[in-house]
Amino acid sequence: MAIISYIEAVTMALREEMERDSNVFILGEDVGKKGGVFKATEGLYEQFGEARVLDTPLAESAIAGVAIGASMAGKRPVAEMQFADFIMPAVNQIISEAARIRYRSNNDWHCPIVIRAPYGGGIHGALYHSQSVEAIFANQPGLKIVMPSTPYDVKGLLKAAIRDEDPVLFFEHKKAYRSIKGEVPDDDYVLPIGKADVKRKGEDLTVITYGLSVHFALQAAEKLAQDGIQAEVVDLRTVYPIDKETIIESASKTGKVLLVTEDNKEGSVMSEVAAIIAEHCLFDLDAPINRLAGPDVPAMPYALPMEKYFMMSPEKVEKAMRDLAEF
Amino acid sequence: MDQKHKQAGLTDETVIQMYEMMLLTRRLDERMWLLNRSGKIPFVVSGQGQEAAQIGAAFALNRDEDYLLPYYRDFGAVLAFGMTVKELMLSAFAKAEDPNSGGRQMPGHFGQRKNRIVTGSSPVTTQVPHAAGIALAAKMDQKPIVSLVTFGEGSSNQGDFHEGANFAGVHQLPVIFLCENNQYAISVPYTKQVAAKNISDRAVGYGMPGFTIDGNDPIAVYQCVKNAADRARRGEGPTLIETITCRLTPHTSDDDDRAYRTADEVKKAKELDPLLSFRTYVKEAGLLTEEREQQLEQEILHIINEATDYAEQAPYASPESSLQHVYADTKGGE
Repeated sequence: MAIISYIEAVTMALREEMERDSNVFILGEDVGKKGGVFKATEGLYEQFGEARVLDTPLAESAIAGVAIGASMAGKRPVAEMQFADFIMPAVNQIISEAARIRYRSNNDWHCPIVIRAPYGGGIHGALYHSQSVEAIFANQPGLKIVMPSTPYDVKGLLKAAIRDEDPVLFFEHKKAYRSIKGEVPDDDYVLPIGKADVKRKGEDLTVITYGLSVHFALQAAEKLAQDGIQAEVVDLRTVYPIDKETIIESASKTGKVLLVTEDNKEGSVMSEVAAIIAEHCLFDLDAPINRLAGPDVPAMPYALPMEKYFMMSPEKVEKAMRDLAEF
Repeated sequence: MDQKHKQAGLTDETVIQMYEMMLLTRRLDERMWLLNRSGKIPFVVSGQGQEAAQIGAAFALNRDEDYLLPYYRDFGAVLAFGMTVKELMLSAFAKAEDPNSGGRQMPGHFGQRKNRIVTGSSPVTTQVPHAAGIALAAKMDQKPIVSLVTFGEGSSNQGDFHEGANFAGVHQLPVIFLCENNQYAISVPYTKQVAAKNISDRAVGYGMPGFTIDGNDPIAVYQCVKNAADRARRGEGPTLIETITCRLTPHTSDDDDRAYRTADEVKKAKELDPLLSFRTYVKEAGLLTEEREQQLEQEILHIINEATDYAEQAPYASPESSLQHVYADTKGGE
């Protein structure tokens, strides 16, 4: 089993799925000859040719809309948005169309597309290359939103997304692309969309998070363990529809819950998680539900001190975990 | 000299089918208004005045293989693609058997997979990139399939029109963009929507041919769309066709067009009614007798009456079935 990076797992999943099914194809800006601005599609143009690794005009609504059309004609398109921040012109296609095609046609038509997009900060990307956009889509029944944290999960979940019969938004943390590495089997496997994963077992408190922040929580949990505090770390992996069962189980067990997201706090995915816990676990709680999130400003600033102020970090997560443990 | 329809490659049999379908479309549309005004159905969005464009275009395609991405006025186009009067009536009454949506969507939101009528929504023009995507799939599979996408001239201002047309132009996709220019976007006239003389002028920006034709002449529309389909199947890419028509009714059953256009204007538009001019044509061509015309009206009345009764009495979907079909594996309400 090889140790590869998060982005290499993206490429591996795409390659294997394109080899498996000739209906799978990629479209997006700079995905062809250049192999993507982050190199997620590197080598695929050479292997599969320009008909299956399509450099599109710079027009996100067409990227999404063409993918939707092709999927209704039997294809399995994987569209890339160059940055999650630039998905906005495609929101009408994603929400009004992709999310509703099965429902509005009473199951006559469906739309099996994947839209991949790099999100997240900590890479000096400022307001328009750092954002977390999942909350915009996370109340749209019909969509699925996957946000993996490890290379193993990336491969298994991206393959599952491509095989899914419904539209999946697949958000990849761009700071994780090369900084996060892990063991990934060479063989074919899929992981279930809609299932959270307990990345670390613990009895004293629960951290629920997703994406890069999973790693911050795991690092902090190791430090707390040295002081005899055992934290459970739940990786949501799919932020919509959300795995209520795992959330309720863990929150009820530890009675102390910290919810971590890099996104702005208000109306984030974690607001929904907090509501689920409040509805189902109130009498099991030993402390108020804690949310650790980005501040409620429009997006992450460029200058390093300001970026660090906004961005999630192992230190911020550790402090919040210790505070909660001591409550 | 040959008659016009023969010059266009249309047989007598086909041309009379086109007339019959136009008449059926109009009578169905008129019935919908009666049902709405008598309080039986909540809403109508009408295609009166645009039947020639719709049916001329649909007849120019391979209706067993090609895809139709209609907009909300396209009663004629969807009938020509195989949806039945009964099915459209079930949609008007929002009943469970409605193949478009099972009563989930307003009327005019067409979709029927078995006839390759692609499901549509209310935000206008979103179907245009879908048509490019379907054509892209056809090109990838080397199938001789064409997608026909229709929209109003107001919709041609949307970004999705531009993005979809540009994509189809760049990739030389087999798409026919049919703009049914009825000269109004609800209340806003053409001059306040578009600075270009014609919608078809936009084609040059996408590297495709553009044509403006008389949308009241089904034979002219047939010929133009047929040429475009032939080009598309030869791998020569998309075409933009603008049919000049008139909207003979208000925008919908909830609109009162007296607020923004004069009675005189509507009267003049009605003089150009394509149903009247095409009726004259088929009569002068010797394809329709008085007797056959009366018989045809009776047949159509019967079809529409039967469909109305059926749809009115058909059951609604159960309220709990609202929970179904969010995802492939959605359970609930069964």
